[in-house]
Amino acid sequence: MIELTVDGQAVQVEEGSTILDACRRVEIDTPTLCYGDTLTPVNVCRVCVVELEGARTLVPSCSRKAEDGMVVRTDSERVRTSRRLVLELLGSSVNLSTAPEALAYIEQYDAEPDRFGADSLTVAQAVKVDNDLYVRDYSKCILCYKCVEACGVDHQNTFAIAVAGRGFGAHISTELDVPLPESACVYCGNCIAVCPTGALMATSEFELREAGTWKEEEQEEVDTVCPYCGVGCNLTMHVQEGQIVKVTSPDDHDVTLGNLCIKGRFGYRYVQNK
Amino acid sequence: MPDLKLLADVPTADEREAIDVVVGGEAAGDGRVTRSDRTRRHLLLPALRAAQRRVGWVTPGALGYASRRLEIPPAEAYGVATFYALIALEERPADVLHVCTDLCCALAGATVPDGAQPSPCLGLCERAPASLRTVAGPEPREEQIPATGPPLPQTSGLKLLRRIAEGVDPESQPEFVALARARELGPDAVIAAVKASPLLGRGGAAFPTGRKWEAVASQPATPHYLVCNADESEPGTFKDRVIMEQDPFALVESMAIAMYATGCEKGFIYIRAEYPLAQKRIQHAIDASGFDIELRIGAGAYVCGEETALFQSIEGFRGEPRNKPPFPVEVGLFGKPTVVNNVETLVNVPHILLGDDARDTRLFCLSGNVGRPGLYEVELGTPLRDLLELAEAEPAKAVLLGGAAGSFLRPDQLDLELSFDAAREAGVTLGSGVVIVFGENADLVSAVLRIAEFFRDESCGQCVPCRVGTVRQEEALHRLASGRTNGNELAVLADLEQVMRDASICGLGQTAASAVTSAMKNLGVLA
Repeated sequence: MIELTVDGQAVQVEEGSTILDACRRVEIDTPTLCYGDTLTPVNVCRVCVVELEGARTLVPSCSRKAEDGMVVRTDSERVRTSRRLVLELLGSSVNLSTAPEALAYIEQYDAEPDRFGADSLTVAQAVKVDNDLYVRDYSKCILCYKCVEACGVDHQNTFAIAVAGRGFGAHISTELDVPLPESACVYCGNCIAVCPTGALMATSEFELREAGTWKEEEQEEVDTVCPYCGVGCNLTMHVQEGQIVKVTSPDDHDVTLGNLCIKGRFGYRYVQNK
Repeated sequence: MPDLKLLADVPTADEREAIDVVVGGEAAGDGRVTRSDRTRRHLLLPALRAAQRRVGWVTPGALGYASRRLEIPPAEAYGVATFYALIALEERPADVLHVCTDLCCALAGATVPDGAQPSPCLGLCERAPASLRTVAGPEPREEQIPATGPPLPQTSGLKLLRRIAEGVDPESQPEFVALARARELGPDAVIAAVKASPLLGRGGAAFPTGRKWEAVASQPATPHYLVCNADESEPGTFKDRVIMEQDPFALVESMAIAMYATGCEKGFIYIRAEYPLAQKRIQHAIDASGFDIELRIGAGAYVCGEETALFQSIEGFRGEPRNKPPFPVEVGLFGKPTVVNNVETLVNVPHILLGDDARDTRLFCLSGNVGRPGLYEVELGTPLRDLLELAEAEPAKAVLLGGAAGSFLRPDQLDLELSFDAAREAGVTLGSGVVIVFGENADLVSAVLRIAEFFRDESCGQCVPCRVGTVRQEEALHRLASGRTNGNELAVLADLEQVMRDASICGLGQTAASAVTSAMKNLGVLA
């Protein structure tokens, strides 16, 4: 076991744990956006930074391994300032309207994304609708890399998308920005499952939202097992007014880790055929 | 090929031939990738570069062919290609003029003619205004313009630059006396000698070189690698170029010593794309000496001077810095223990082993409004004012020390001693040895805006503080400069400085507000 101090409390964690694990062990609320339970930490959003005694800069708690004797502060003015600024920078450049976690953090950290002025450069652009199953609205993309990781070695090993460009122009893209049907995409939708901002969204959800009839609070979640093959993936059917509007799988399901294939995620319409 | 969906575009015969020179010919047969092709991702950037040098840009066919031959998903190859400013993915003329519009060249009145590309600092500051011409074709070439600069301004009292001042032939291999001495001493004694010397890294971070070498030598994981960081891109810096162009054998000998001392199986030298003569001279010195050193060439990305971004670039990935720890001495190039040293750092080592000159000297790149611009070598601790006198600097209203990642000094701060300790006490950095003089008529507002533009352009885009922070910084400065303020710019800039310094992944973001902040606080520019 490793023993460290977080905000004055002694915490014990297993070897290999991160500072974030230690924070969560003692229920210290730590915001994360690019971190995913089932993905390799890329530590790019920097909203989880903490102050580590002896370190020149703040450190990302999601990827920094806990070490014996570390003294960590998560509640200092310095930490709050950086977290607030990260949220202001994101909020000023990205449409976060379908990112409830980010919006909650913005409120919690008193962030004011509008302070940079109305002329601030944003990533606003047209929604990419190039297939029947899901849409890509990169004006909502915070570039957390999760979809790239899910499409790549962390989950799917399809490698249909990658980060392209540089600086503020960095963006998620297929090769030469070809439409999805021309890319290597297999429509597993595992990128949608990890997207924290709704930039990637099943067409079913996108259309209901466009029509103003997406009622998440009224939806029922029904768990079942996928009927297609023998793997036995758990499915969570999101049901609104008697209709399946979205299918997910729980992250903590040890078969799927939240992943599905095209059939499990999108092949449910026969259920509703009358 | 299993599992990879490839681009349908096919390369031309010329493109195929150019790429094959890098990746090897394709065996006759069904075109399937063989097992030996699978770990060759590190050849991606050289392959893209070769295709572009042949036809002027990277066509979809060339991108597809490089992806297939190296078994890299096309989306990832595209991600890598679009990372680099000097890789073009849209058709353009074979002959391109890249005109430097950075600090020193702007002071010298640089203008960008129609059809030319504006460029960040080309490292030709002593001959500003400067440009680089790239000509693609069967015999591709790159030309630095002007082709030559003024001779070394100093002729005596030199250590690192002594041979150059004496007119050493850069293409004639000298006797490697220091390497012979290293072999007599043995690796441990070489490391002990470097540790006993005052040598600190000259790339900007000033880490003790001997400690770095010792750390790598003691790593049980193998192989060990040496990487010479010659991606000199800090605006105003040209010291490593002068050494590589004019005394390349000094550098390859120093690399051989470092490899011997730290048990490195192989060495790499990563030279920025903008230095064609340095590339040619270093390649010649490597070939002549027969050391196991491989030359790698960048493609226009300041961030690749960050050591872990440089590893990513060599390995065929986007030049995005890695999180540290782990540090390169444990997990470096290809995940192996790696010594990474700057050019100037390395060429100090022969003098340590030979004991021929105990002075701890440092190279400074003097440019801007000075009568005798060029590369100067002075002992650490020399007052900045003496250096400015040597260079016949005009009366300065400001001096930029350390480059775009450094700080502006006021005229009354020029008695600063040029030593690591004195710089730290004064809250400034010697950085990569940049000294740019801004004379009475210089436009400091333009300089500050150019620095902000530089960081916005060069941010890799990986982390939020730097990706968006550099944009917001530039926007706020432009609002101040134009007078159309929101009334909160100073508070915004102070916050941006803090979040970029505290929460960015790498040194680029951490210093992206440094010079701007110093100009505002120290000189009152836009404040």
